Amino acid sequence: MQWQQAAKALFPQGHDIVEEGSLLRGSGPCGDVVFAVIGSTHHTEVGVELALDMAAEVLRTVREHPGRPILFLIDTEGQRLRRRDELLGINRYMAHLAKCVEIARTHRHRVLGLVYDQALSGGFIPNAMMADLCAALPDAQIRVMNLPAMARVTRIPLERLQVLALDSPVFAPGAENFVRMGAIDAIWEGDLAARLGQALARADPHDHRRELGEARGGRALAASIVRRVIDAAASE
Amino acid sequence: MEHLSFHFDGVPSVPPAAKSVIVGVVASGNLEVLVEPMPAEGACNVEIDTASQGFGPIWEAVLRDFFERHPVGDVRISINDAGATPATVSLRLHQAIESFTERR
Amino acid sequence: MRTYYEATARKRIEGIVDADTFRELLPPTERTVSPHLKVLDLPVAFDDGVIIGSARLQGQRILIGAQEGGFMGGAVGEVHGAKLVGVLERAIRHRADGVVLLLESGGVRLQEANAGLIAVSEVIRAILAARAAGMPVIGAIGGQYGCFGGMSIAAACCTHLVMSEEGRLGLSGPEVIETARGVEEFDSRDRALVWRTTGGKHRYLLGDCDALVEDNLEAFRDAIAQAVRAGERFSLETVEREHAMLERRLERFGTAPDAADIWRMLGFPEAERLQVLPAHELVALAGVHRTVPSPVES
Repeated sequence: MQWQQAAKALFPQGHDIVEEGSLLRGSGPCGDVVFAVIGSTHHTEVGVELALDMAAEVLRTVREHPGRPILFLIDTEGQRLRRRDELLGINRYMAHLAKCVEIARTHRHRVLGLVYDQALSGGFIPNAMMADLCAALPDAQIRVMNLPAMARVTRIPLERLQVLALDSPVFAPGAENFVRMGAIDAIWEGDLAARLGQALARADPHDHRRELGEARGGRALAASIVRRVIDAAASE
Repeated sequence: MEHLSFHFDGVPSVPPAAKSVIVGVVASGNLEVLVEPMPAEGACNVEIDTASQGFGPIWEAVLRDFFERHPVGDVRISINDAGATPATVSLRLHQAIESFTERR
Repeated sequence: MRTYYEATARKRIEGIVDADTFRELLPPTERTVSPHLKVLDLPVAFDDGVIIGSARLQGQRILIGAQEGGFMGGAVGEVHGAKLVGVLERAIRHRADGVVLLLESGGVRLQEANAGLIAVSEVIRAILAARAAGMPVIGAIGGQYGCFGGMSIAAACCTHLVMSEEGRLGLSGPEVIETARGVEEFDSRDRALVWRTTGGKHRYLLGDCDALVEDNLEAFRDAIAQAVRAGERFSLETVEREHAMLERRLERFGTAPDAADIWRMLGFPEAERLQVLPAHELVALAGVHRTVPSPVES
């Protein structure tokens, strides 16, 4: 979906979101709450500049609009694969964006994410995957890598992976798999403005993804392992 | 992957070891060996998960040879193997048992 | 002097923490192996390639996690990631003095694709949540597999990062970039280029690691212990300073073709000399030239 379409459905009362290169920024009202919107478009690769621009928008929101909820609208091809970005420390720029999200959270901003088109690995980690709650639109693509690439890298036959992917959400791309594993809260259909409002009411600062994955049967171990580590008797 | 299990009579351990030991890493051509105390009337049970198919008789020979030279008992040995050579297997077993009996 | 580079994750823990104080959580005897690798008929490890536990470090109460690069390149799967999240959350619950992460990882374990990606993002959130709760999280990188992929983001989220010259840090590894963009973009077999771009000395001069140490366990131990003692200061102000620094970096070096050009601009005209300088001499020389955020008054 185009971001303009998504934005129109999310903010039927209007919005001032603008596109600057591959950065989206602006705001829009949801009921009587105004959201700060920060995003990416054109299947962009997230390089040092975009990570820094998104971070700047988060920090500006915290300074100028205390408590205003933040919505990440995500469409990305992943991290930018260039030697130049590596030379400049792209991991630090990504980390900085993640830190800004955490700082916003500690300053009582609710942070939501919405994958409206596609999200791949590194371009998705420091923004929507840091949100209190992340959703996806029905046609959204979410993946680490497609099955043929995975077959090449892991030297596991493609047919085998395809069979395994029928039963397990672990291997194959797809927003539905990320729902089952708890990383995507829900696929938003119908009235997007209503879904946004409901999500804002439910979002809280704790990371519930592992418990969701456990409850939905898509990620059986993560939650119980974390519990075991936290609760193990101290043997000192 | 192939799963193998072996049972050796061993010798009763007096006194039994208290702590388990792990050596090695499941890296290509390497293996990890976990040794745990397990009262079994002196017996020694070995469970192996190996990436190399069809080497059961070689594992048995390597283990038999090892236990003849280093008698142990009342232990459970668990191995995750990523294609180690018999020489590497013997070396890791030696390190594991040495460390295990030191801690007794 | 014992090398950090060649040590296993277990040996690193043993070499860094106070003698006989390490208590492993979910030890190998509990066999918390990856169910996904089993399904794929691949070898598993009893600790899933990460060792976690509590210990004392020069008397301080710490939680520690160490990734084993030898097992699947230290890559993060569901179990591996959950163990790291657990240790970070346990540190808060038990009011530890700090968390130490000995990082060595290629990032997401591709065999557990989606589970690995989610796990890495949960580790990053847990690091930041710990820091927000006042818990210092100290990272260390100095193993032969380096620290790449999503775990490089985790590394840069730590309060303090210790590296050796041999340590490598980057988001996309040279092979990944070469595969995607061609050898003209990044020749992954040009070892000097790889080192200049991802190695500990470049990261130190850029300010992306906070301490550069010699490759031995004692040096890592001392630098980590000192960082735990220094505590945590994570605030809107510190992040704004970092933002200003990252903006300046982009303005100054955004078009620099090579690390050697950046070093020249920083006041190190002889790249060859830099390459042979021992870590402590480089640290002594670097002084004011490094690009680090301006300090926030306490």
